[in-house]
Amino acid sequence: MATDTSTPTEAPARPAQKPPRPEGNVLNLFSQGFLWVWALLVIVPVVWIVMTSFKTSREIASDPLALPEALHWANYANAWTNGNIGSFFLNTLQVMVFSVTGTMLLGAMAAYVIARYEFFGNRLIYFGFAAGMMFPVFLALFPLFKTLSNVSLLNTYTGLVLVYIAYSLPFTVFFLTAFFRTLPSGVAEAAVVDGAGHYRLFFQVMLPMAKPGLIAITIFNILGQWNQFLLPLVLMNRNPDDAVISQGLANLAMRQGYEGDAGALFAGTVLAMVPIFIAYVIFQRQIQAGLTAGAIK
Amino acid sequence: MRHGKYPFILSFLALPVGLYAWLVILPFAQAFQISLTDWSGSSNSFNYIGFDNYVNLFKDERFVLPALQHTGIILVVMPVVTIALGLFFAFMLNLGGRMRRGRIEGVRGARFHKIVFFFPQVLSVAIVGILWKQVYAPENFGGLITGALTAVGLPAPVNGFLADKRFVLAAVIGVLVWSAVGFYLVYFSSAIASIPRDLYEAAIIDGAGRVPMFFKITLPLLWDSVQTAWIYLSIIALDVFVLVYLMTPEQGGPDASSEVVGGVIWKYAFKYGEQAFASAIGVVLFFAALSLAVVSLRVGRRERIEF
Repeated sequence: MATDTSTPTEAPARPAQKPPRPEGNVLNLFSQGFLWVWALLVIVPVVWIVMTSFKTSREIASDPLALPEALHWANYANAWTNGNIGSFFLNTLQVMVFSVTGTMLLGAMAAYVIARYEFFGNRLIYFGFAAGMMFPVFLALFPLFKTLSNVSLLNTYTGLVLVYIAYSLPFTVFFLTAFFRTLPSGVAEAAVVDGAGHYRLFFQVMLPMAKPGLIAITIFNILGQWNQFLLPLVLMNRNPDDAVISQGLANLAMRQGYEGDAGALFAGTVLAMVPIFIAYVIFQRQIQAGLTAGAIK
Repeated sequence: MRHGKYPFILSFLALPVGLYAWLVILPFAQAFQISLTDWSGSSNSFNYIGFDNYVNLFKDERFVLPALQHTGIILVVMPVVTIALGLFFAFMLNLGGRMRRGRIEGVRGARFHKIVFFFPQVLSVAIVGILWKQVYAPENFGGLITGALTAVGLPAPVNGFLADKRFVLAAVIGVLVWSAVGFYLVYFSSAIASIPRDLYEAAIIDGAGRVPMFFKITLPLLWDSVQTAWIYLSIIALDVFVLVYLMTPEQGGPDASSEVVGGVIWKYAFKYGEQAFASAIGVVLFFAALSLAVVSLRVGRRERIEF
């Protein structure tokens, strides 16, 4: 291409028009005002806790509104070493690698079969899963505790992983079933004509086609399981060193009550917030879509 | 392709259905059974005592009755406030801006607001609990609100908001709303975005203001979404416990003034060793959730408007 004509940089100059008396200025001001009030309600506590995490415990108690006199990084060192925040992170990751993978694999398998095969009991299984979205988990806590203790899975990551998977299945199956139903059957039929069996059809044709739905629901499950508190509280309560992140933070908060190291607690909280914040800023579009996906058809 | 259909179905369903039946369905079924016994949970012996637990439950003035009352309050207040704020903000964000060339626009910075509002939703409940506990803390523990109130010369509760019977429940509900609004803002926003703009433009030509526009166009067309949101929020409201556990004194105090049903179940099951009684409360909660879902699906049914 010798004649380079591909850069018409001068975009059609926008006529410097004066907007003809924009209407709704008052309303605009009004809505901006309300929106900013709420935005500040979110921003101020979060920024304040970050600020507080750099203060000494004495400063925190004596002057809550003041800026820290000096950046007290020792809080972060304490949170990391005494507070074990680092190992809580690793514990959580260790659990979630298996629980999220397992949830997605088992959920996709069940949803696919329910969505695209007719068999006796199809409806029953579907509604059985869907109903689980509504059950208050409190009701099952103690029998679940007993069940795991009977098979020696209480206070083990294996047990926690299995429970996470089981309790994530209802929404995952419900959502993915709807998604697999919307996939065009033409492609599937073509693959069958080409001689693909049931398994190849699922793994090589249908799963790749379902990618958007799978991503949305994976994000949903990652956040849900990362934030889980009640199940580990009941099922992983023997050794505090084995705690997952939310539980570890809560233990730190309880201990802070009598050890009085408030600075380390807030530093730990900020440490737990940072990765979430970074992931959120980068993936906020996907996260918002993923979390609201279940509700929007 | 016909052959091997059933083995395939079986091989795909066996694991998920088995796991689900073992760890979800069975424990729930057992809880129903336990609720009819006098089992403490530790020994292996128990007797069936019929519905005694259910009768006693409504006589427990120490925990259960306050908890039912508080969960009831949360169930009414939290969804209403969250949906109202979510709708209001979503409308403002999408249609509250200036009008240019006859077109209604969203406010400037809508994307920014969405990102900020939604952020609490991704924070783990432990972080939210620790954060707000400190915000509500008494002044001599460095609370934000008490500190700010004192700084401008207003009276602040001496023990902070969470150790004060008058404020503690409202404080918990405030945090619940705080973390949920962003989600429903985004949810309602995408619903509003799917309403054709010409409806609004026609309304403008007819001289309608934004308030009638909201009540006559937006709200009716969003009815399905509002209904879904209400079911979700009601279920969340019934399951409130972790925030109470993390924030309030004695995990439901002071003096049971923030006790909730989930917390009472947990206390009886894991602190006082009264499994049967705890299960009975759980069964009540179960039927509350069930009837909520049924009622909202029946009452909420309206003719769907296609556009």
